[in-house]
Amino acid sequence: MEVNEQLIQAITRAVVEQLHRNGAQPQTETKSMTSSAAGSLAGKTRIRPKRSYEGAVRAKQGTDPKEVVIGVGAAFQTEITKTLGGLPLDEVIRNVKAGIEEEGMVSRVVKVLDTSDVGFMALEAAKLSGSGFGIGIQSKGTTVIHQKDLYPLSNLELFPQAPLMTLETYRRVGKNAAKYAKGEKVTPIESTNDPMVRAKFQVKAALMHIIETEQLDPDKGMIEWEGVR
Amino acid sequence: MKRSKRIEVLDRRPVNLDGYIDEWPEMGLIAMSSPYDPKPSLKIENGIIVELDGKRREDFDFLDQFIADYAIRADRAEASMAVPSLEIARKIVDINVSRKEILEIISGITPAKMTEVINHLNVVEMMMGMQKMRARRVPGNQAHITNLKDDPVQIAADAAEGALRGFSEEETTMGVARYAPFSAMALLIGAQAGRPGVLTQCSAEEATELELGIRGLTTYAETLSVYGTEKVFIDGDDTPYSKAFLNSAYASRGLKVRFSSGSGSEALMGSSEKKSMLYLECRCLYVTKGAGSQGIQNGSVSCIGVTASVPSGIREVMGENLVAALLGLECASSNDQSFSNSDMRRTARTMLQFMPGTDFIFSGYAAEPNYDNMFAGSNFDAEDFDDYNVMQRDMQVDGGLRPVTEENVIRVRRTAAKAVQAVFKYLGLTPVTDEQVEAVVYAHGSKDTLNRDAASDLMAADDMMKRGITGLDVVRALADSGYTELAENILNMLKQRVIGDYMQTAAILDDHFQVMSGVNTPNDYMGPGTGYRVSGKRWEEIKAIPHRIDAGEF
Repeated sequence: MEVNEQLIQAITRAVVEQLHRNGAQPQTETKSMTSSAAGSLAGKTRIRPKRSYEGAVRAKQGTDPKEVVIGVGAAFQTEITKTLGGLPLDEVIRNVKAGIEEEGMVSRVVKVLDTSDVGFMALEAAKLSGSGFGIGIQSKGTTVIHQKDLYPLSNLELFPQAPLMTLETYRRVGKNAAKYAKGEKVTPIESTNDPMVRAKFQVKAALMHIIETEQLDPDKGMIEWEGVR
Repeated sequence: MKRSKRIEVLDRRPVNLDGYIDEWPEMGLIAMSSPYDPKPSLKIENGIIVELDGKRREDFDFLDQFIADYAIRADRAEASMAVPSLEIARKIVDINVSRKEILEIISGITPAKMTEVINHLNVVEMMMGMQKMRARRVPGNQAHITNLKDDPVQIAADAAEGALRGFSEEETTMGVARYAPFSAMALLIGAQAGRPGVLTQCSAEEATELELGIRGLTTYAETLSVYGTEKVFIDGDDTPYSKAFLNSAYASRGLKVRFSSGSGSEALMGSSEKKSMLYLECRCLYVTKGAGSQGIQNGSVSCIGVTASVPSGIREVMGENLVAALLGLECASSNDQSFSNSDMRRTARTMLQFMPGTDFIFSGYAAEPNYDNMFAGSNFDAEDFDDYNVMQRDMQVDGGLRPVTEENVIRVRRTAAKAVQAVFKYLGLTPVTDEQVEAVVYAHGSKDTLNRDAASDLMAADDMMKRGITGLDVVRALADSGYTELAENILNMLKQRVIGDYMQTAAILDDHFQVMSGVNTPNDYMGPGTGYRVSGKRWEEIKAIPHRIDAGEF
């Protein structure tokens, strides 16, 4: 592709605008190699403005034994729209729900506003769920299948490396959660592992987790989220 | 802009795949010194610490209070705080000042003062400090033993090979948490098949891990995590007091325990209180000390991707290892998590602990290929064994490993795999076929092994816990299946819990189950001509790498 001066300027403008919208200081042309602090975010105390959940409906205790609750992170589909690996969160949630429904079970999505720890998110979802089984999904994509009477840091299945998740895996997460709820003998989804995930993604994961944690609203607890934007 | 071909080549280098970020103190993304770190201060009234690092007692959070009440010697504090930080830093490096003298001064200083001391040291000075302050005379090493399939037969075989290669401790964990009983049992059997006296642990949810320990299916524990801010502690449903209580639960059953911490976790979890990673890690280490733990696994550990991303991050990692040693704690110094795509960068990071020697240089080293490492990859793996052995030989450094022969590797892997097969059969667990044993004996990793029926394994593992199977049942199963020597080794490991000596600081066991700790074999380094030197039989062992030119055949 022919890269001309005009195109570069257009891209630069778009990037700077985006950064500005995200709250970063636009970098000036005088930035040099010797001033590594230039353009840093030092002094800022948050990444995104706080969203108000005024008027949101508190999530109800489920009673339907066919129900599997999905608890999503505080920034899910709002401040964050894609996982660490780049999957659109709309597609992620659609696939998890489809997996649950394919097993003849019923799904419900709630947003967890009192914790951003995926273990506790999943456990809260499980406790809310009519079946006692739930799924926690952080906005960066990290996922846990939980059961209401397990220890918080235990779990049925954990998917700790978000960048390795595919939409197909999310669908299978939904299916397996539904199968646990039905009391079937379940073969866990085989583990995946990429030893270089940490090197490539951990700093970005930290920033995404900060964005999620900033949006917590502990007094609101869990709110109904299905279809809400 | 027309691109420079050289810059294009450099841009493609593995090191540029790593994540880097500028310092951002407000988010805790700062290694050694944040403008928001407190200044050191301490006031004592009636023997009680009433002011700690600029905070009055009524303003203490639970970490401050725990540290003030249990981690600082009030009787020594005034004298210690009067010594300038720079002078303490110089004493740490001075070969004429003994470890004992340093420990006494340090026992009376605050976390903010400790942070100041470490900030005076460059990495070479930190290494000199570690060489002197490490608790045990002889350095050691720990392995990770895991695989993608959570295959217990492979765990046993890799544990046996790891033990043969010299690891003093071996740790497992699972992809699927409910495999824990199988993993713990397979590791216990495999380790003793490779070398008598190797300690084993299973990193799991805390209540599960404690139960496995109480039952004698593990011989130590490590995953008691502590954090540097109140918020992160609370998010994990914990306090310093609950960790101290858990520590005591292990102690009551005679099990060795160390805590686990590491810089970057607070920033990763978004609750750093704007403090530097080093200051927060100091608080973790003081909590560890106050809770009465003999040791710590630290050095950023699983958050190394965060710490390594900021300037001076790798220096900070060595700094926090040194803080552990300065507090008199056993230090298992991380190196256990992959953090760089660059072979140069990952090796350089490990040299900081390898050269001076720590109680456990890795915590641990992946004794399987990294694709099988269920701690998401270690900094070194099974494919680096020969590199590591050559580095020991090049520099005459004891890194805790030794060269092995292929015959011996196959022999111990077979013994371990067949012993697990026999125990599973005796205890009525899921079957292990001869084909599976054979595949595992010769395997490099789980890509070379057969699949097991995971759903049936999980039901059998659950059943094993319900039936109350203990370490003693494993001994009986081995003895009745003809594995007398292996049965005796495991019985000897269980006896350690009654003797209790291996609960002392930095304890490991030799081939005859004799304890070597910071108490009976303390580090006595005070410059050239003193301390541990690689020599004699151990040096001959390190020299004998494979692939040497045979001059006689030349």
